[in-house]
Amino acid sequence: MSETQPAGLSPGTVLAEMKKNGVTHVVWLPDSETNWLYLLMKAEPSLTLVGVNREGLAFSCAAGIWAGGKVPLILIQNTGLMESGDSLRGWALGLNVPVVLMVGYRGWTRHGVSSDTAATYTERFLDAFGVRYFQVEGDADAPRISTAFDEARKTQRPVAVLVADEYHGFNR
Amino acid sequence: MMDTSEMLMVFNRHRGNAIVVPGRSGRHWVRISEKPDRDLPLGDPAMGGHASFAMGLALALPRERIVLFDSDGDVQMGMGILATIAEQKPRNFYHFMLDNECYATTGGQPVPNATTIAYDAIARACGYPRVHACDNLETFSILVERILAEPGPVFTWLKVRPEVENQPIGARTKWRIRSQVQAVADLKKELGITGC
Repeated sequence: MSETQPAGLSPGTVLAEMKKNGVTHVVWLPDSETNWLYLLMKAEPSLTLVGVNREGLAFSCAAGIWAGGKVPLILIQNTGLMESGDSLRGWALGLNVPVVLMVGYRGWTRHGVSSDTAATYTERFLDAFGVRYFQVEGDADAPRISTAFDEARKTQRPVAVLVADEYHGFNR
Repeated sequence: MMDTSEMLMVFNRHRGNAIVVPGRSGRHWVRISEKPDRDLPLGDPAMGGHASFAMGLALALPRERIVLFDSDGDVQMGMGILATIAEQKPRNFYHFMLDNECYATTGGQPVPNATTIAYDAIARACGYPRVHACDNLETFSILVERILAEPGPVFTWLKVRPEVENQPIGARTKWRIRSQVQAVADLKKELGITGC
C-alpha cells in the first residue's frame, strides 16, 4: 500500500454529500477534525445542528428524528462511537434506523502503525455490531458517502463512514 | 407520591392529539390510551435515551405536540441531554419525569442521591424555560392543563410510588402488544410519513 497521503477530504465536499442525500439534522459532538465543517454546516440553512454532550445520546436522538420522518446524520469520533455501544444496539439497530454515521477515525494511519488504541478497536467494534462501513480519505472517495446512504436505506440499518483524514482535510 | 396509573389517567383527559412516548410507564399507558397509533410504547431500547429520542421526534415534527414520560434513572443516565433540549428549545416538547427514587425494574435499589436530588433545579439550571414539580395527584390534576398550554420545552418533576419488580425478567408479564419497529411504523402511517 502506498504511504502517500491523498488530497484531503474537504468540508465542502462532505456538506455537498449531506445535501445530496437529503440530510435535515446533523446530530454531533465536535472532534478535532470537524471545525471547518462545523462552520459550513452552521451557515447551511437546510441543516439543523443538534449538539450532544455524550455520543450515546446521538443515536437515540437520531432515532427520534428519523421516526418523525426527517433524515439525521450522526457526526462523531471513533472514541465516542465506542462509548455508544448500548445506544447503537438498542436505538439504531433495534428500531431499524437507516442512519449514516460519519466517524472521525482517530489514530488511523495509512501505513498501519498506530499507537492510538482508538484506531485499534474501531473496525472491530463496528464488526461486532454488524455495522457496515466505508472509508474515505480524500475528495476522490466522497462518492462512498452516498454509497453509505444508499446502503442504509436499502438495509434499514445504520452504516458508518470512517473519515480517515486526520489533521488534513476537515480541520484545514 | 402519586400512583403512576392514576396520574396517566388524569393526563389522558388532557392529551388532545399529542404524540405520547410513555417510556417506562408504557405498561400502564397501553391500557389507558385511546389513540395507540399516536403512541410510541418502546419499552426500554437502551437506558438513558428516552429524552433524546423524544426531543428528536419533537424537532422532526414541529407541528405535533410531543409528550414524554421519562424516569429518574433514565434522566440520571442521560442527563446531558437536558442542556441540548434547552438549547434546541422545541416549543412542542413536554417532558414529564417520573421519580420513584429507585431502579424499580431491577429490584428497587435507590438511584444515586435518590431522596435529595432536585431535578427541577437541574432542569432549570440546564436552561429549561419552564419547570414544575408535583408530588400529589390533586395538584397534578390542576397543573396538567396549564403545563400543556405553555410553550415547550417544559420539564415537570413528578413523584410517583415505586412499583418494584423482583421476578426474573423472563417471568414478568409482557405488556407490549406491538414491537418497537411496528409502533414506529404505525406512527409514521398515522402521520402520513413515507419514503424514509
